[in-house]
Amino acid sequence: MYPRRIVERARQEGLDMIAVTDHNAADNAGAVIRAAAGTGLTVFPGMEISSEEDVHILGIFETMEAIDPVLKVVARNLAGAGAKTDFIRDQVLVDEQDEVTGFHSQFLAGSVLMSVFEIVELIRDRGGLAIASHVDRESFSLISQLGFVPPDLRLDALEASVRILPAALLPTALPLVAFSDAHCAGEIGRRSTGFLLAEPQLSEIRLALAGAEGRRILDA
Amino acid sequence: MTLAEIVERLSLKVYAGGGRLDRPLAGAYAGDLLSDVIARGPKDGLWITIQIHPNIVAVALLKDMAAILLANGREPAADTLRRAEDERLPILGSPLSVYELAGRLYALGLHE
Repeated sequence: MYPRRIVERARQEGLDMIAVTDHNAADNAGAVIRAAAGTGLTVFPGMEISSEEDVHILGIFETMEAIDPVLKVVARNLAGAGAKTDFIRDQVLVDEQDEVTGFHSQFLAGSVLMSVFEIVELIRDRGGLAIASHVDRESFSLISQLGFVPPDLRLDALEASVRILPAALLPTALPLVAFSDAHCAGEIGRRSTGFLLAEPQLSEIRLALAGAEGRRILDA
Repeated sequence: MTLAEIVERLSLKVYAGGGRLDRPLAGAYAGDLLSDVIARGPKDGLWITIQIHPNIVAVALLKDMAAILLANGREPAADTLRRAEDERLPILGSPLSVYELAGRLYALGLHE
């Protein structure tokens, strides 16, 4: 996690907006936002939250102030206290100069002991976009864990790592988007979604996902 | 072997569908990935899982399974319970793990 490298790579890839979505944490998103200041790149803080069903849900927010209460709920409900962290890579905390300032003490690779429904409601209550991650994957996806998209789940979109999905897999009217799911800087931009927006703002993306007020998804 | 016999032999809790325990069992399956259970869940079988999301009711009905057995003392979510009652689908429970339950069911003669 090197904020300046992330910003540089996103700019090289011609991206206008990115979301920083660590697993069950958002501590480093602020450093990326600061590193992007003045570059023209808009950075949204987010999290990829793992539910008790092992379903990954993206929560993307407009500001660090908006995500903060969600971060606190997630931290309070994280499973895996006492997990041996020597088996996982260092969970570094960084600043906008790419300097390591510390290490996250909680085991972040586990799940939050909340249902997927509770997590989606938590995200939406705080003004975030709730998007089910990589629904076409064989693990940690809404489809793999729960078989199909629960009809009462108030998701804003489904994210898929491939462009075309079997229609039978997704009997849903939810919009489909594609993101890079980058786990290293080199993967940034490998997939993206174009939006027609008036401004690079989360509220505009929400309109585009709904196909409202002339905003729309251009390609995914 | 019927559900009622298994409820008695394993001291299972009956959360829903108590009126449908006369159904004979053709086998059992254990799994928490609902996509996998959709692919492999046996008709007339008992499904052992720790998933409590309402989607389990739909998956059990889709595969015409006889009942769901929740392991590890997991209790069905309120919505799950309501849907199971609506569909008259038995949901059973036990404090034992999936492994323990599968072993005991096998020992009782439920082999598929």
